[in-house]
Amino acid sequence: MSIQTGSQTVGPYFNIGMIRGGENSLVQDETVGQRIYIKGQLLDGDGQPVKDGCIEIWQADAHGYFNHPADPNQAQADPNFRGFGRSETLGAGFWFKTIKPGIIAGAQTPYINVRVFSRGMLIHALTRLYFSDESTNADDPLLNSVPPERRATLIAQREEFGDVPTYRFDIHLQGDQETVFFNP
Amino acid sequence: MTVSNTASVIDWARQPSYLYEGYKSTVKRGPTKPLIPMAHTLSELTGPVYGHDDLNPLDNDLTKNSAINGEPIGERIIVVGRVTDEADRPVRNALLEVWQANATGRYWHKVDQHDAPLDPNFRGAGRVLTDENGEYRFVTIKPGAYPWRNHHNAWRPPHIHFSIFGREFLSRLVTQMYFPGDPLLALDPIYNSIPDESARQLLVSTYAHDITTPEWALGYRFNIVLCGSRETPFETKEV
Ligand SMILES: [Fe+3]
Repeated sequence: MSIQTGSQTVGPYFNIGMIRGGENSLVQDETVGQRIYIKGQLLDGDGQPVKDGCIEIWQADAHGYFNHPADPNQAQADPNFRGFGRSETLGAGFWFKTIKPGIIAGAQTPYINVRVFSRGMLIHALTRLYFSDESTNADDPLLNSVPPERRATLIAQREEFGDVPTYRFDIHLQGDQETVFFNP
Repeated sequence: MTVSNTASVIDWARQPSYLYEGYKSTVKRGPTKPLIPMAHTLSELTGPVYGHDDLNPLDNDLTKNSAINGEPIGERIIVVGRVTDEADRPVRNALLEVWQANATGRYWHKVDQHDAPLDPNFRGAGRVLTDENGEYRFVTIKPGAYPWRNHHNAWRPPHIHFSIFGREFLSRLVTQMYFPGDPLLALDPIYNSIPDESARQLLVSTYAHDITTPEWALGYRFNIVLCGSRETPFETKEV
């Protein structure tokens, strides 16, 4: 076994290399699925917005498929949906336009994998976003492994009910409402 | 925080903790509560797939991809390396994003107020994909050291930032490549946040005379080992 390369912070200037613009919209005209917005803030231990952070998301398409060779259903995956998104967090937070993911084979409820980077984080943090309007969340094994009083940190709240609903998902790096982060 | 979880793909004995006092910004930004173990499902074993169509021809030459009216100032270098998994298998079509300061230690970024000149011919960003053997190569300018305000007389050793997408969500890595023989390394809290001496040294590139090109540029080698599931890798289709 080789030693895995150590992680280092993205630092304050990552947008030179990691942000080209447009990666926070995952949808094209041809993409299948219900359009949604995800909006939130990344907050530090003082409750202040982190203005030099970066959020990445990874999700299945509208039918729960991934356009990746590890997915047995790759051939059926939406060719117009890569499933990856990235947004800087500026003072006003981060936002994505994407589609509501389908339920992945073997899973119980829809969700999105989320990764957090910022200056001051030597290694990124992993979390998950679940949707407040899904009754099947109660069946999700990972959500059920989280202490009940902390589960709410993983649930994005549906705020608007127009054609393109918005889900609010604030990420607290520390404090009473510290978001649940995972050790994969 | 440090966790010991032998099932984790993250080798916490060799990865930095979220809280590391020497690097002051970690104090308010590092998660403090215990991490919750996460089983690996299809969503962790997949990730975005990249191909040559995603890149521009000059992405792997930082001396040319932002030049306006001439060559950038500084020492031209060639950086090569191999991206593998922990079982030493090559990771093909890994996307590497790199960014760095210019030769004077100044970033092309509005927040960087270091009193050193910008170079109109060098923005300091590039991208490259690994080939069939997991190998990559790009051309750039050797970055300068720069001051930061972490502590009195704090200087970052010259480094190139790397962001790497491997074959899975779990393989994602952001790191920094340093240069051999640098006296600033011993003083740098970010470098020293890696708890294990041998793992720290892996962040230091080696001088590669076989890559050095006569009358043109010095070569450096920086190999990268990504973590990930212990599964047999799926061969990524040629794109
Ligand atoms: Fe830097």
